[in-house]
Amino acid sequence: MAKFDENARPFSEKWLDERLGVVTLKKVLSTEYWIPKDINFLWAMGMVLAATFGLLLISGIFLLMYYKPDAALAFDSVNYTIMTEVGYGWLWRHIHGVGASIVFLIIYIHMFTGIYYGSYKKGREMIWISGMLLFVAFSAEAFSGYMLPWGQMSYWAGMVITNLFSGGSLEAYGLVEWIRGDYVPGDAFLTRFFMLHVLLLPLVIIGLIVLHFGTLRLPHVNNQKGEEIDFEEAAELYKAGKKKESKVIPFNPVFLSKDVFVMGVYFILFFYLVFYHFDFAMDPVNFDPADGLKTPPHIYPEWYFLWSYEILRPFNKDLGLIAFGIAQIALFFLPFIDRSPNVAPAHKRGLFNIWFWVLLVDMIVLTILGKLPPEGIYNDLGLVAAIVFLLLGPALFVITKMEKKI
Amino acid sequence: MKEQGRRDFMGMALGGFTALGGLGALYAMKRSWDPLPSVKAAGFTTIDLSAAQENVLNIEKWRGKPIFVLKKSADMKADDRDVVVGSDRFHVSIGLCTHLGCIPAYLPGEKIFRCACHGGEFDASGHEIFGPPPSPLEIPPFKLEGTTIVLGEEGPEFIKMKDAGLIA
Repeated sequence: MAKFDENARPFSEKWLDERLGVVTLKKVLSTEYWIPKDINFLWAMGMVLAATFGLLLISGIFLLMYYKPDAALAFDSVNYTIMTEVGYGWLWRHIHGVGASIVFLIIYIHMFTGIYYGSYKKGREMIWISGMLLFVAFSAEAFSGYMLPWGQMSYWAGMVITNLFSGGSLEAYGLVEWIRGDYVPGDAFLTRFFMLHVLLLPLVIIGLIVLHFGTLRLPHVNNQKGEEIDFEEAAELYKAGKKKESKVIPFNPVFLSKDVFVMGVYFILFFYLVFYHFDFAMDPVNFDPADGLKTPPHIYPEWYFLWSYEILRPFNKDLGLIAFGIAQIALFFLPFIDRSPNVAPAHKRGLFNIWFWVLLVDMIVLTILGKLPPEGIYNDLGLVAAIVFLLLGPALFVITKMEKKI
Repeated sequence: MKEQGRRDFMGMALGGFTALGGLGALYAMKRSWDPLPSVKAAGFTTIDLSAAQENVLNIEKWRGKPIFVLKKSADMKADDRDVVVGSDRFHVSIGLCTHLGCIPAYLPGEKIFRCACHGGEFDASGHEIFGPPPSPLEIPPFKLEGTTIVLGEEGPEFIKMKDAGLIA
């Protein structure tokens, strides 16, 4: 049996350390988890995301107290009970709605930061892959949550997205009906998506967040120059008091205090939206109760899905589904498509820099077109933008294969 | 060595039974997601066609889905998919776009159906004429009884269309 100090006061640090190893744990996870100094505010997006997820969780818990997962009751439980009767119910709903929208903005910034600085390369592949899994899990969480108010947009988004699983010419309508538990989205559909939204998917997300943090611990976060830092040497310097000479800082309290500053700025914007501009996250069409006999004249997904929706649209059904499928999984393979030996910011990588900006602009163009009605010139522009997106994959392979070591 | 063999056997036996139980659990989970019997045993819908007016779309409901009933006017082309009652011709179909299931709107002026979701168009006989829809509007199983039509039951006219491969 291990040695226990008889004189240690219960719950003192020593007492806890002997039983739980808290001193080692604190070192590994915070005070001796080293972060490079050469970073900027974009490196704070991870903790901003974690904090936003926390807000979604807390606001969700309060919404859950009054929400009724029943096709006949859901709409009123949200729009009447929560919005008008429950004290501060509107606050939880607006935090939840704004949070669900903004979390994707931050996710996209976080992803493009990773792409720009090459943070998915050489030893950091698992960080990228676990991050992409989180993106997929968040997408499923957002979609299932969008069903719950049971308005017109909920119903018809549910109809269209579940129909994707028929696989075009495969005509797998049995699978679609199985997913829905009905011929059309109905009560069984609503209750199972409720289950996914409040239990199964949050569990998956929490697990993936732990994994994502875990994948960072050994390779460490990247820095602005993509420099390979000897973390042990730099850590020794820091611990010896030569903080100026050392290239690193501890996660806690030094890096975290920078994070908290960025979070402070972010939350000012966030709560400005919650209190004064929540309507951007609340589609007016979804304030009509679900009606299976009336499609709204113009339906579109939330802004963060528009780019992939626009890739589906300009092709015929089968090609559209294939293009859509490729677009969903293509980014997973980024660390393996990029053949360049350089871990460096895009502006140092020649053609890759152009590739990066084309990708960013193309996704913005797809997003804008996805919101416009599918008519005339928009159809042609959509087709071009979708083809550009699909060609960017092979283009990256060729560009990075030619890239010289710097 | 002997010890190892025993351990392997026990490992495999445990693994085998666990896998068996796991498969059973997966089957139970799959069945729990199936549509309920009460949902599957959706009833039949009866529609009276005699009151219909030419070039005016009526939308009925069958198994939660919208059903298009359009009495054709004389200038609309006759089609093998039409439901014929006496001298009148009707277009009857499930009113969900065959692309991804939105409800197309009927434009009486142009005499076409247009889907707002992805721009697909169908003519007055339900044939796809523009955009992503891969097939015509689907015809639900029907049975004619005088001037009424019963949805959910396969009558001789429906079976004839089905055998000719015309229903979707």
